[in-house]
Amino acid sequence: MRERVHTADLDWVLVALVCALCLLGLLELYSATEHAMAGMVWRQLGWIALGFAALWLLSRLDYDWLLDHAPLFYLLMIGALLLVLAVGRVRFGARRWVEIGGVPFQVSEFAKLVIIIVLARFFMGVRTDRLTLKDLLKLGALVGLPLVLILLQPDLGTALTLAPIAVVGALLAGIRWKHALALVILAGLAIPVAWHFVLKPYQKARVMTFLEPQKHPLGSGYQILQSEIAVGSGGLWGKGLGKGSQNQLGFVPVRYSDFILAALGEELGFAGVFLTLLLYVGLLLRLVQNARQAKDRAGMYLVGGVTAILGFHIFVNSAMVIGWMPVTGIPLPLVSYGGSATLFVFMALGLVMSVRLRRYVN
Amino acid sequence: MVHRLEDDQRLPQSRLTVFAVVIVVVALGLLFGFWRMQVLETRYYSKLAERNRIRLIPIIAPRGRILDRHGHVLLNNYPSFSVLLERDSPQQVQAYLPQIAAGLGLDPAQLAGQVSQAAGLPRYQPLVIKTNATPADIAFVESHRADIPCLDLLMVQRRQYPPDDFMSHVLGYVGDVGPEDIARSKGRFRPGDVVGKTGIEREYNNLLMGVDGNKRVVVDSRGRVRGTLGETPAIPGHTIQLTIDENLERVAENDLAGKEGAVVALDPRTGAVLAMASRPGYDANEFARGITPSEWKQLNDDPEHPLLNRVIQAQLAPGSVFKIIMATAMLQSGIPQANYHVFCPGYGVFYGRVFHCWDKYGHGRVGLHGAIVQSCDVFFYNVGQQLGIQRIAYYARQLGLGRRTGIDLPGEEPGLVPSAAWKERVYHRPWYPGETIPVAIGQGATMATPLQLAYAIGGIIDGGVFMRPHLLKSDDPTVEIRFPLSPSTVDAITEAMYGVVNESDGTAAASRIKGIQFCGKTGTAQLVSDQERKRLGGGARFQDNAWFVGFAPRTDPKIVVAVLVQRGVEGAETAAPIARAIIEAYYREHWPQQYAYLAPPANPAKPPAAGSAQADNN
Repeated sequence: MRERVHTADLDWVLVALVCALCLLGLLELYSATEHAMAGMVWRQLGWIALGFAALWLLSRLDYDWLLDHAPLFYLLMIGALLLVLAVGRVRFGARRWVEIGGVPFQVSEFAKLVIIIVLARFFMGVRTDRLTLKDLLKLGALVGLPLVLILLQPDLGTALTLAPIAVVGALLAGIRWKHALALVILAGLAIPVAWHFVLKPYQKARVMTFLEPQKHPLGSGYQILQSEIAVGSGGLWGKGLGKGSQNQLGFVPVRYSDFILAALGEELGFAGVFLTLLLYVGLLLRLVQNARQAKDRAGMYLVGGVTAILGFHIFVNSAMVIGWMPVTGIPLPLVSYGGSATLFVFMALGLVMSVRLRRYVN
Repeated sequence: MVHRLEDDQRLPQSRLTVFAVVIVVVALGLLFGFWRMQVLETRYYSKLAERNRIRLIPIIAPRGRILDRHGHVLLNNYPSFSVLLERDSPQQVQAYLPQIAAGLGLDPAQLAGQVSQAAGLPRYQPLVIKTNATPADIAFVESHRADIPCLDLLMVQRRQYPPDDFMSHVLGYVGDVGPEDIARSKGRFRPGDVVGKTGIEREYNNLLMGVDGNKRVVVDSRGRVRGTLGETPAIPGHTIQLTIDENLERVAENDLAGKEGAVVALDPRTGAVLAMASRPGYDANEFARGITPSEWKQLNDDPEHPLLNRVIQAQLAPGSVFKIIMATAMLQSGIPQANYHVFCPGYGVFYGRVFHCWDKYGHGRVGLHGAIVQSCDVFFYNVGQQLGIQRIAYYARQLGLGRRTGIDLPGEEPGLVPSAAWKERVYHRPWYPGETIPVAIGQGATMATPLQLAYAIGGIIDGGVFMRPHLLKSDDPTVEIRFPLSPSTVDAITEAMYGVVNESDGTAAASRIKGIQFCGKTGTAQLVSDQERKRLGGGARFQDNAWFVGFAPRTDPKIVVAVLVQRGVEGAETAAPIARAIIEAYYREHWPQQYAYLAPPANPAKPPAAGSAQADNN
């Protein structure tokens, strides 16, 4: 019997939360860029509209088809990442962008989407409720290859976002305690190796700044310090939209994107931050709810992966703004300005909708 | 136990529940972080945010001008530029330092040291890295506005001291405030302030120094000014008017040129200082520009002591000028009687020792009048012997010696009036009566400054009213100390001093001025005894100091002048003509028609300083 898929069955609560967050983002974007970079609001609005279209399209698409073609996507993704390394445009000192029809695209954003699908397919294939060592090694190889390719761009932040998809997937699939322990130890051993052979000097500087902010209060710690000043000076109710001196005078670094929460915290205060995080928690819990209702394990892993990566973005970005995490270039989903990033979030949510619309096991 | 799963089989829901709980817990943790910063610590961050965006641009208050008694400008300012270093982003500043040092011709190490020293100051407070910027420096800053954004220019008014060391000791000079001055000022001075270091600049620093203002501007993260929040205008320092008469001052300075000595002219009725000069002098502009330690050492070690204001700091034996003090003491005390006479054979024997008169042929029979006119030493040896050291010391002190006059200049020396108590205190030995004899003619341990002598003589001829000397005009009339003298005493002293200049056998008869009742007393003070000088080879180093203290007119004197010419040999030869020139200038200035016949000074006064010429035009 054919499944009955209705647009009316979309998760409208989720859509409402997304709209609210987009609105909040546009509001702060307007305030942060009205003098310096007018036009960003309209472009972001365009990306959001495009995002909703992508969401609707993906919701129509049966995720089984996506899962069936996961190996193909994976190969395409690897090819695209290699292409970026070969011919990508250098921007802000990193080779992350390719132009598709004149529009700069960040391939790594779509790599996230592919990894979600590929891992869902992988975990679906695990036929026990406990992961074996062999499963883990396969998982590591699957995620490791694109991760290293993105790291080479270099884009530490995006590379790291791939990890939570695997971690949350493994936890849901049932990782053994001893394996988990071994992995943590292994990661601990990998850090010094990465420090010496993988991280670029500016990445090291960021980490050092984070670890010893007092030693670099005026050097590399400047961004974090200015972000903290913006947030802290916002107070309970904020200085009002367009009235934050840290934001308006350009002290907040990349205030329209990675540090938009600092700008929002300054102008809308703790109240604004509270509302934002409340909306995010609502969004994430709603996603978990959708994962629960998935008709099969594959659907659950898809939604779980989306939840993991969005949650990672939200929490790491928020923590960075208040100086709890190093600056890694991870934007705030739906609120930060950015075409590829926004499109990715909508497409990821489209996957969730696709799973939801097919939740009824007949 | 491992379960085999089918494709469409679902996982235990509990794992998703754990996931949800983790989400909520992390979100709560983050909310706590925001709460702490935005609600609990918001004041701290607000302060930082304010400091970020507000920069204070200093507006330096110009120091007040200094005028002479007629309103002529003695000391003015000139506009000059200082190069400022904005320190909002120290990292950026560090990167530019080598380029800045090269562009402005500064020592890179010194500049870096200055920057690191200022690390403790608020970041919005700029640093002055070069004062008195040259046109090339200004061009450098202007042309690099785009690529070296941390440089700026600040217009400041700087002191333009008169050329030729004119009034260098009276005016003093300014310099950067020292740490001890900052500590003592109770918050009034801040590092980098320019304050008076000596002279009038120091004495009236509080009047002359204005209050710096500032402009509070909003800057963005690149240091660009985005708007002005407010401005506290600078309050310029007060213009002050001195009692100095620029004209007399010029005569005094010109006549002292090339000599080592001092001149001071007072109005005995008020204590107003009409002229005050000390030579050699120094160029105060060098101090205002910032003097190097080696230059300072050179000035300080100069055997001629150019930094010394001899009028108030040279403590020397007054020589025969002291005979006026002796005469006053004698007439007031009646010891000996006013009609006392002695026979001067050219020497006298006291306590078994021979004391010579300056005139080895002797003055014959002399009374008080003759003894002053001819400056007979033997007469005053006898007077001194009869008065005794206690009375001499008493009168000398009452008449203004041995204590500071209280003039409004820093660093005045008190001089010294020897007494038995003084000797006991300093040398722990009793006073021998024989020591009184040289004291009676102003030798021995007696020391006085030129100002003290002018003050003392001015007070005596004014009937015992001693007006505290002062330089600030608004102080007229000033504090007085009264030690009333009988009219007969004053008359006798005045007549005798008139005789010194106007009687044919007076010691200063050569300095007589036609039509002016010019009175005075010469003095020649030995640095060492005649025998001693011979023993030392008789070089110019030990030549006598020449003194002259004069006043005019005879009745109701309007001006008293004390002149010291060190190594001037004879008071009558070198010191009296200078006093005479000043008195002449005074009369010419006040009664130009009546005294037009007085010849202009031998070396004509130089044209007035640039500063005063401008002011006259205004």
